[in-house]
Amino acid sequence: MHTVHVPPDFNAWRELARTALHDGFRPDEITFCDSTEPRSLSLLPEAASPGGPPHVKPHVSTAFLEAANFAATHRDPQRWNLLYRLLWRLQENRNLLRIEVDDDVAALLRLRSQVARDLHKMHAFVRFRKLEIDGDEHFIAWYEPAHRIVRLAAPFFAERFSVMHWTILTPDESVSWDPHTKQLTFGPGADRTQAPEQDELETLWKCYYASIFNPARINPSAMRSEMPMRYWQNLPEVEILPQLMRGAEQRVATMVRRQQSKPTAAPYVPELHTLTVLREALPSCKGCELYEHATQVVPGVGAAHAKLMLVGEQPGDKEDLEGAPFVGPAGSLLRGVMEELGIAPESVYMTNAVKHFKFVQRGKLRLHQNPRLQEINACRPWLAAELDAVKPQVILCLGASAAKSLLGSTFALMKDRGSVQESAFGKQIIATLHPSAVLRARDDASREQMRGLLKRDLQFASELASGKHR
Amino acid sequence: MQQLTVQQKLEILADAAKYDASCASSGAKRANNGKGVGHTDGTGICHSYTPDGRCVSLLKILLTNFCTYDCVFCVNRVSSDIQRARFTPEEVVNLTLDFYKRNYIEGLFLSSGIIQSPDYTMEQLIQVAKLLRTVHHFGGYIHLKTIPGADERLVAQAGKWADRLSANIELPTQQDLVQLAPEKKSTIIEGTMGQILAHSDEAKEASIRSHLPRHMLPKFAPAGQSTQMVVGATATTDREIIQRAGALYGNYKLRRIYYTGFSPYPEADARLPLKAAPLMREHRLYQADWLMRYYGFAPDEITSEANPELSLEEDPKTSWAKAHPEFFPVDVNVAPRESLLRVPGIGYRNVERILNIRRYHRLSIEDLRKLNVRVKHVAAWITAADHLPTSPLVSASPLPSPTAQLDLFAAASALSGAL
Repeated sequence: MHTVHVPPDFNAWRELARTALHDGFRPDEITFCDSTEPRSLSLLPEAASPGGPPHVKPHVSTAFLEAANFAATHRDPQRWNLLYRLLWRLQENRNLLRIEVDDDVAALLRLRSQVARDLHKMHAFVRFRKLEIDGDEHFIAWYEPAHRIVRLAAPFFAERFSVMHWTILTPDESVSWDPHTKQLTFGPGADRTQAPEQDELETLWKCYYASIFNPARINPSAMRSEMPMRYWQNLPEVEILPQLMRGAEQRVATMVRRQQSKPTAAPYVPELHTLTVLREALPSCKGCELYEHATQVVPGVGAAHAKLMLVGEQPGDKEDLEGAPFVGPAGSLLRGVMEELGIAPESVYMTNAVKHFKFVQRGKLRLHQNPRLQEINACRPWLAAELDAVKPQVILCLGASAAKSLLGSTFALMKDRGSVQESAFGKQIIATLHPSAVLRARDDASREQMRGLLKRDLQFASELASGKHR
Repeated sequence: MQQLTVQQKLEILADAAKYDASCASSGAKRANNGKGVGHTDGTGICHSYTPDGRCVSLLKILLTNFCTYDCVFCVNRVSSDIQRARFTPEEVVNLTLDFYKRNYIEGLFLSSGIIQSPDYTMEQLIQVAKLLRTVHHFGGYIHLKTIPGADERLVAQAGKWADRLSANIELPTQQDLVQLAPEKKSTIIEGTMGQILAHSDEAKEASIRSHLPRHMLPKFAPAGQSTQMVVGATATTDREIIQRAGALYGNYKLRRIYYTGFSPYPEADARLPLKAAPLMREHRLYQADWLMRYYGFAPDEITSEANPELSLEEDPKTSWAKAHPEFFPVDVNVAPRESLLRVPGIGYRNVERILNIRRYHRLSIEDLRKLNVRVKHVAAWITAADHLPTSPLVSASPLPSPTAQLDLFAAASALSGAL
């Protein structure tokens, strides 16, 4: 057996392989030993003479060169023999490399793809740390690739960081880039202590890493398969991984608890949506805190299958005491307008977006307070059930709270007042002023104007409900 | 109000961006320009992975999480009681460059809550990209989220600086939007998609006619456009989602659709589910998506009217194969590419390899094993040099109408003594 020692470098092997082919050594007559591997203790190297035909002008395809160049950086000590065997067989069969199921070809492709993956991971996982040297920025990284790929990897960093002065240190080899001369310089291997220990930006980077993942979708096996643990010691962000993993479950539980604890009337609303059933169930509602202070709940009134439904904001002082909607000052203004238009109160259904009175006590006075968005949302299941029971053609929202309940919290009342809107709650929803806004107008002129708008919208809604605007 | 530090803003505005699934940085090739850092080589690199298994390839943040919209499924909606923050364009530029120089990221993915107006918001996003490209000569990847309804002039500008643009379709159907995102209309979103496509087509046409050298050609979002939809927040079926996706790919030549399974978030609306959509549903939708983009399946074929949901237990290709026994077995040594692509367990890459190898060598089951095909899985569907399918599944298919061939088989079974 003829033995040849090969330095770990593709070009060195290439020269030796060329000679061996020229001499006619069959693959089973020659052994290529990687010079970085411990040598065998055989004291008497056997001399052997070649038994095959000499290949003076060997055929070498670019596909083979490309794959072999990658495979040569692999740490598998048998790679040189594999490459020579393939090279020998290629002389007989020029299509050999296309037959991926051939054992030698498969082995070559496996080496190549392992190197390609290692190369890809190096491009991804090198982490530069910045140093100031004589007022100049110098970026230095420590990295341990699985294979001897520094020379394959360097051009990527040279292009990407062409304006930076950078160095990558690995156990086998180091490489530096000078942005002025645009030159790569390769040097000997190094150890971890020669690289900076940290970078000022790492805190910020860890903070980003901690914030960008979704604790509700934790999937550590997917993470590990793409980021094998052998690379972890080089990645600053991985230091906080244990605490992130531990905290994830807790964070999700807290979120769910908070969402569950949001006030909602949903559990109190019966499944059967008829007005009688709803009216009986309403007094038991503890969907939000408003029930604690109000005298009583105020259900809607009117025709069970009215074509027009009026939705106000919430009961006022008088409504709270009487238990009926629209019986206070604002209600009587509304009823006045309806009378002028010839709309009988019994022909429509009137209710409120929020069913309990909200107020602050000032001495003997109970001052009305606007319901918060959260309370409107909490009470919405009642309104939705009423809508389902009555099935009106048209819904007229009186005031912003009612409009927000049915059209979304950003609905701009004065911008889209009086026009037909659509939402999940109804195909024809119109919003107008609340009668109490008319009462609160700053002077007579604007009061008249506002009353006019309310009347016009009410008339339009009523006509639309009775089919006049088709 | 107390001023927030950059770190505090980063925490808030990265946290708010984490529900956006898209993070890929592939599809663009941009050589380094010699004046600033950055290049992209077309394939994209994942620089890290987070515990939810997603890759970190870009600095993915919002410019601000203030938003005037009230989309129920979104953590940043106006009625959400969360902490708000806003980056200045310079802060985003510096973070991007600083992270890039350490090789933490491939570039920037910038989105934003909608403030003041769609146009104003869009202008702010463009400002960041323009600063990066013109002042710092940044050659890395930039993905801008376009704001639906923004002026066409702004869409044109965004495409000049960005590698990829996207307009989020948000939810699969218009009905879902009405329910959960009252301010968003699919016509407006698709209008923006149409504008992106039109500008991209114009740029391509101009570059064909132009005699300028390659690097000087006008570019418009060279990595194309993508979109994202949230799934599992409404009752919409997989069939509707897949058909919607098929239409979007067809109409706007999207590079990708990202599916984000709905997951609970802080201060969520009570109308939303409390649990995350199963990770598997998202996975199955991506498989279905690949069947459409790479395997020649029509959206219609992947589910049926009777079974509108993808199975969580088995992949959609296997489900299709089981419903179409008449299509099998497929002979790996002679079948055309389109047929091989339909065999469950044989992927896109392996179809290419099989086509390559069989010109020189007849493939056996052992050969398939060498290609890392899960032989147990595919054996029922294929014929190979040394293999006929024996699966009860294929033989259980309805018998063909009687022909001369059937007689042949009858004779053979009489010889072997089998029935």
